[in-house]
Amino acid sequence: MAYSEQEILAGLAEIVSEETGLPTDSVSPEKSFTDDLDIDSLSMMTIVTLAEEKFSVRIPDEEVKNLTTVGDAVSFIAGAQG
Amino acid sequence: MTDPRPTLTQASGPAHSRILGIGGVRGEIVVTNDDVAGPIDSSDEWIRKRTGIITRRRSGPGTDVLDLSEAAARAALDDAGLTGADIDVVILSTITYFSQTPAGAAIVADRIGATPAAAYDISAACAGYCYGIGQADALVRSGAARNVLVIAAEKLSDFIDPTDRSISFLLGDGAGAVVIGPSETPGIGPTIWGSDGSQARLISQTHTWREAVDNGTWPTLRQEGASVFKWAVWQMAPIAEKAMAAAGVTAQDIDAFIPHQANMRIIDQMIKQLKLPTSVVIGRDIAETGNTSAASIPLATERLLREGQVSSGALALQIGFGAGLVYAAQVVVLP
Repeated sequence: MAYSEQEILAGLAEIVSEETGLPTDSVSPEKSFTDDLDIDSLSMMTIVTLAEEKFSVRIPDEEVKNLTTVGDAVSFIAGAQG
Repeated sequence: MTDPRPTLTQASGPAHSRILGIGGVRGEIVVTNDDVAGPIDSSDEWIRKRTGIITRRRSGPGTDVLDLSEAAARAALDDAGLTGADIDVVILSTITYFSQTPAGAAIVADRIGATPAAAYDISAACAGYCYGIGQADALVRSGAARNVLVIAAEKLSDFIDPTDRSISFLLGDGAGAVVIGPSETPGIGPTIWGSDGSQARLISQTHTWREAVDNGTWPTLRQEGASVFKWAVWQMAPIAEKAMAAAGVTAQDIDAFIPHQANMRIIDQMIKQLKLPTSVVIGRDIAETGNTSAASIPLATERLLREGQVSSGALALQIGFGAGLVYAAQVVVLP
């Protein structure tokens, strides 16, 4: 069963909140992981890996640098679902 | 007609092996984060937050990797109550010895009075100590050797680029050594080890020695830190679990977790993945010593024992992982 973009956003917000301590409602699509959420590359890898497990998708390491905003990640995960 | 050829005798050894003694030395120079922050446009706070490192220990120009090896080896022999003459095999794990041949192990063996012990170097980077333990355990139990000296030594400061933001600022110099010998009881669990050369590019030197000679460019170390982090945590935690299962223990039985001291963030995330109870003592020598590659696990072990955080006889889960990629893990009884 494919997740909707809303479900992916909600799930991703939980993962980001767990990793950073930020409230889930601060994790909105237009937010930049680096500039707005202060997430460094190692935290980003943690988030990516947890998202891979949660949504049963693969996010290649070389793709991670293209995921600038939360919305980018939601779109990628939505498109990567089998 | 009977076969005229004699039947060969094959060696056999004791049922069990264990670590008999341990020793370690760190570079004599304390290098602070402020000392390395300038060329990478960083700060003490950034380095601490990102790596957990407060200082790293480095050696001066008068010390080479064989000097560090010798000092660690002597300390391990003392701790085991043995001398060089008791050692049958010397294994030196290092990636920072400048001579391709002869092996550094033979020279160290001679310095400590172990001649004519068999002696050879291995190149397994940050997994080198656990690779060495696996080999020594097999050599002792097969009867190929009675006592094996495993030395893991690095002078990584010879391979750093002060402007490199990927790995150089993490690195320190040091050596750890252990003597492995026969035991009445099991002291070394099965080694779970392997490699993945398809990811060789993730941690490597910038140039081969051939290119260095041709171009006059000294090679230094580089890594793709985020990818290494992901591999180290999520691929290596299952390896550590396999090592516990193979040894017949669970996370509840472990007294200490002593992973390669690559980065405190890797260590913290591995603890989470392994669901280790809070009672498990964690090797965190990286905070003061930095990442010393192969030497990091024995140095972290030596510190835990010296500071009384764990006692002789404690069960320790150790795992090394690094350039290759290579990895090895086992559960051991501490000396």
